[in-house]
Amino acid sequence: MELSKKEKSKLVRIIAALCMFAVVFTVDLTVGLSVGGGKWAWLLPFALYLVIYIVIGYDVLWRAVRNILHGQVFDENFLMCIATIGAFALAIYRGAVGEKIEGFDEACAVLLFYQVGEWFQSYATGKSRRSISALMDIRPDYANVRRGNELVKVDPSEVRVGEIIVVNPGEKIPLDGEVVSGASALDAKALTGESLPVDVKEGDGVTSGCVNLSSQLSIKVEKEFYDSAVSKILELVENASSYKSKAENFITKFARIYTPAVVTIALLLAVVPSLVTGNWLVWIYRALGFLVVSCPCALVISIPLSFFSGIGAASRHGILIKGSDYLEKYDSAKVFVFDKTGTLTKGGFSVVKVTPTNRKDEILRLAAIAESGSSHPIATSVCSTYSGEIESGFTPTVIAGEGIEAKKDGSVILCGNASLMRRYGVKFEPETDIGTVVYVAHDGKYVGSLLFADEPKPEAREVLSSLGNLGCRTVMLTGDNARVAGDMAARLNISEYRASLLPQNKVEELKSIIGGKNKGEAVCFVGDGINDAPVLMSADIGIAMGGVGSDAAIEASDIVLMRDDLKGLPLLKRIAKKTMRIVKQNIVFALGIKLAILLLSALGIANMWIAVFGDVGVAVLAILNAMRVGKID
Amino acid sequence: MKKVFKMRDLDCANCAAKMERAIAKIDGVASVSVNFMGQRLTIEAEDSRFDAIVDEAVKVCKKVEPDCVILR
Repeated sequence: MELSKKEKSKLVRIIAALCMFAVVFTVDLTVGLSVGGGKWAWLLPFALYLVIYIVIGYDVLWRAVRNILHGQVFDENFLMCIATIGAFALAIYRGAVGEKIEGFDEACAVLLFYQVGEWFQSYATGKSRRSISALMDIRPDYANVRRGNELVKVDPSEVRVGEIIVVNPGEKIPLDGEVVSGASALDAKALTGESLPVDVKEGDGVTSGCVNLSSQLSIKVEKEFYDSAVSKILELVENASSYKSKAENFITKFARIYTPAVVTIALLLAVVPSLVTGNWLVWIYRALGFLVVSCPCALVISIPLSFFSGIGAASRHGILIKGSDYLEKYDSAKVFVFDKTGTLTKGGFSVVKVTPTNRKDEILRLAAIAESGSSHPIATSVCSTYSGEIESGFTPTVIAGEGIEAKKDGSVILCGNASLMRRYGVKFEPETDIGTVVYVAHDGKYVGSLLFADEPKPEAREVLSSLGNLGCRTVMLTGDNARVAGDMAARLNISEYRASLLPQNKVEELKSIIGGKNKGEAVCFVGDGINDAPVLMSADIGIAMGGVGSDAAIEASDIVLMRDDLKGLPLLKRIAKKTMRIVKQNIVFALGIKLAILLLSALGIANMWIAVFGDVGVAVLAILNAMRVGKID
Repeated sequence: MKKVFKMRDLDCANCAAKMERAIAKIDGVASVSVNFMGQRLTIEAEDSRFDAIVDEAVKVCKKVEPDCVILR
């Protein structure tokens, strides 16, 4: 258990006061402190308890005085002082008129437990804040920049775009850039929650905040520090709880009327029944009991603490949330609208079918030879699928809109669509499956065909069905034609899709979905955050995924999935649900207990002991409950 | 202009709410948020009088919770 200095010294004080209290209280109960009897019998117990009272409560007394001077009337410190000093006064009065001396112990206990509650609150919030700052370990402290022939250690903010920085094993990458020399493995766990290291080599882009694991890298800086991923992420997380949820606003509004209301009722309780019955002692005592429960802090603290824990739990899984209101809204999200390409699908072309299969190697080999000089996505896909060595020496000629003809010493490879085959009079077997087809012919003879299509992400189907099981509607938006979209929708098992949409149509489509939703529900839009910023912004909750380092994504969205993995969506649903359940429990539970104590003290069933136990107890339980949000896997 | 200030020793959630209400009443403040968990004060106010408004906000916060420091 790590404690701050302040927490430590207060804990020592509480324990010291508790020990003193235990001794005095035991002696009081067994032997009795009222030596001598008579008019001044109250003096010894008063003096002993007063010492304890001052040890435990001098800061409360001091703050009460100071805040009254500042015009803070309904200040909790002040009310605690009134309640306890009132109890002392009643006890002295009882003693002076010869009644049984009691009440000093209560006054001390009230302040003692009040302080225990305060201490626990500050411990819990401190702990929770520390857990977030541990997450913030991604902040780089320095950069080794090459200037002239020297390597200089400077603050990351002093490095300019285009400079070369050197990152040694064990160091954090301070700025976004591209590897110019070296190869290594990077640990991106703090950024994305992904525990597998990522391999990088020359030419790869790297994100600031990752830790270099194995060997030295030289990186050409592409973004200045304030623009780098790490700055954007830190800014987002640090400001996360500034956007307040409805639950938080409700509770602060409630607290605003709660304290004055309790104090007014306490006043009435002290005066009105006393005037009727003439029994001032009893009713003043009950009113003081009222004041003990007047502090709303536990209630006020447990709500933001719950949200904070929820946001923290999400960040540990690489999900960044811009504010507690989005966590609240996400829980009520009933419609998930997805962009197709790059979000539900891998985006890009993969070889999904080779016909005939027994000539797969031959077809790929020839296609790779023909396509090797091209930068078309299909060419890249072919070359990355073919694992063997690509024969060189062929001269490719691009036939626009049809394909490629590659020649070497009289050998001709044709690689392209149906019209290319027809142009050269090659007989081929048409491919009927959906996707982009490339036919391959060698020396005038047909060899086979390759079918390319965008593939669903491996987790997409499962994620969509688990969202469906949670009662959410899922919709896919795409620019593809209806046939391709329908095929993909069937493969993903997504019930609704809108095809042939231009980018601007996507916004309209989303708006019409939002227009048709039920009240109190929220519509999420999930996209890659690069091309769909306007759509992200018009959704109730814009979710960008896999956009580590893209400022457009971070700015336009409300939630960022740092990892390019849709599984974050149902996971966040669980976190949001748990957070909201705990928030509601805390509101109902804390309010319920407080009202019950108020009622019982008014009726004289609860004395001050019960009141303070109940009040502090409810605070501790609400806080423990709030911290439970963070424990989710 | 909108600016975020760090706060130190903001120990009481209810005080944060009180500060927020008090700052909102200052003339020229468009919006304000006191973030208890994040210990951050976000003020949006008129550009021309921004510094004076922040001075006033600091004073108001001191009144509510004298131990709390706003780092500028």
